[in-house]
Amino acid sequence: MPENDTTPAIEFQGVVKRFGDNVVLDGLDFTVAQGDRVTLIGPSGSGKTTILRLLMTLEEANEGLILIDGDPYTHEMRGGKRVAIPDKRRSLVRRRVGMVFQQFNLFPNMTVLENIIEAPIHVLGKSKAEATTIAEALLDKVGLAEKRDERPTKLSGGQQQRVAIARALAMEPEILLLDEVTSALDPELVADVLGVLRNIAETTDITMLIVTHEMQFAREVSNRVLMFDKGKIIEEADPETIFTSPTHERTQEFLRAVL
Amino acid sequence: MDETSAWSWEHAAAVLPDLLEGLQITVLATVVGMVIASVLGLVVAMVRRSGLRVVTIPVGFLVEFIRSTPLLVQLVFANLLFTQFPSLTIGCVVLGVHYATYMSEVYRAGIDAVPKGQWEAAVALDLPRSRTWGAVVLPQAIRNTLPGLGNYAVSMFKETPFLFAIAVVEMYTAAQQYGADTFRYMEAITMAGLLFLLVSYPTSLLVRRLENRLA
Repeated sequence: MPENDTTPAIEFQGVVKRFGDNVVLDGLDFTVAQGDRVTLIGPSGSGKTTILRLLMTLEEANEGLILIDGDPYTHEMRGGKRVAIPDKRRSLVRRRVGMVFQQFNLFPNMTVLENIIEAPIHVLGKSKAEATTIAEALLDKVGLAEKRDERPTKLSGGQQQRVAIARALAMEPEILLLDEVTSALDPELVADVLGVLRNIAETTDITMLIVTHEMQFAREVSNRVLMFDKGKIIEEADPETIFTSPTHERTQEFLRAVL
Repeated sequence: MDETSAWSWEHAAAVLPDLLEGLQITVLATVVGMVIASVLGLVVAMVRRSGLRVVTIPVGFLVEFIRSTPLLVQLVFANLLFTQFPSLTIGCVVLGVHYATYMSEVYRAGIDAVPKGQWEAAVALDLPRSRTWGAVVLPQAIRNTLPGLGNYAVSMFKETPFLFAIAVVEMYTAAQQYGADTFRYMEAITMAGLLFLLVSYPTSLLVRRLENRLA
């Protein structure tokens, strides 16, 4: 829980992530305030997705600390030494973070409804009835109420992604990570998914971290844009500024290429 | 001489009741053996995946040992070692343990075939280990293993004649006994072979259809 309004939702302190010899994040420092909508942009391989994966504990940082609401997440300093936090304690922090994946990653052996109620029941300890009520409201919100008993494989990519969004929201996360959520979709299905996300941005105060190639969406939804290059933030500003008058040469190049 | 070497339809018919009785034992041994192999194989696959060297190394050694020695030797050895148990029980257990080592590989492949994204979604939802395995990974992995399970069931069924070595009267032993009593081996063995074919060929076809449906 936030200690007060000024405690950042997310704080990276000197985070280093290496894959073999390849340094993906190079001593990264940055904070995200409560309720911020931050879009991470930059060329592929610049470390954007790695940041989301670190926040979901799908990868582990080699150095540095990550704090969620001021709480140490995967590592903490004890007696001047960086020590790993056991998974039991990590999981309590992880529960506040939700993620939507590029490939949806719905469970094909469960129905749409079962996908959504699985974690609320088995992680949050909700009753099946309560979890179902919440899930139905969320399905309604993403416009898929009538698909509750379908298998995910019977749905279009756009519908699957909206179910995945509902599944993440059912855990009532304080932080939502969106990892290129429209990249695997046919162009005509992108609008529905973005519409759902826009709606969530407008009606909730969830902190959002967004990796996307949809610059228009980033412009509409986010209040901050971070430009990454080679594992470092090279420029940051509000979307208006960064999309209309970027200062860094690499940002200008990048935006010319994608816009 | 002429009389004994000519094919006798009478003997071919007369051996059938004995063979059908033996077939029941053959099927029983296969079913019990496959149940043991399926359960134990899954346990072995999960233990080997745990990454705990204290258990993975001895289990790995045991699996290699069982796979590198003949089933026939294992049957006779176990029968000599555990004289207090009925031969049929020993036969079922040895068949089960032997095939568990193969089944564990089928499970391993089945588990590996579950996409990485499924594990990651389970982490993202903070699912406990028991749900990750029980509700997400295994239901998908086991679906992947059904054709392998079917193929090994057919293969085990065809290996039950080895139970002859420990005096379990399954179908092949029944045929041998009929042959010994009447000197009509040709009829007895031919009919036994036909019965094996009659059961295993349709089963293989079923397994293949299952494979195609799951593919």
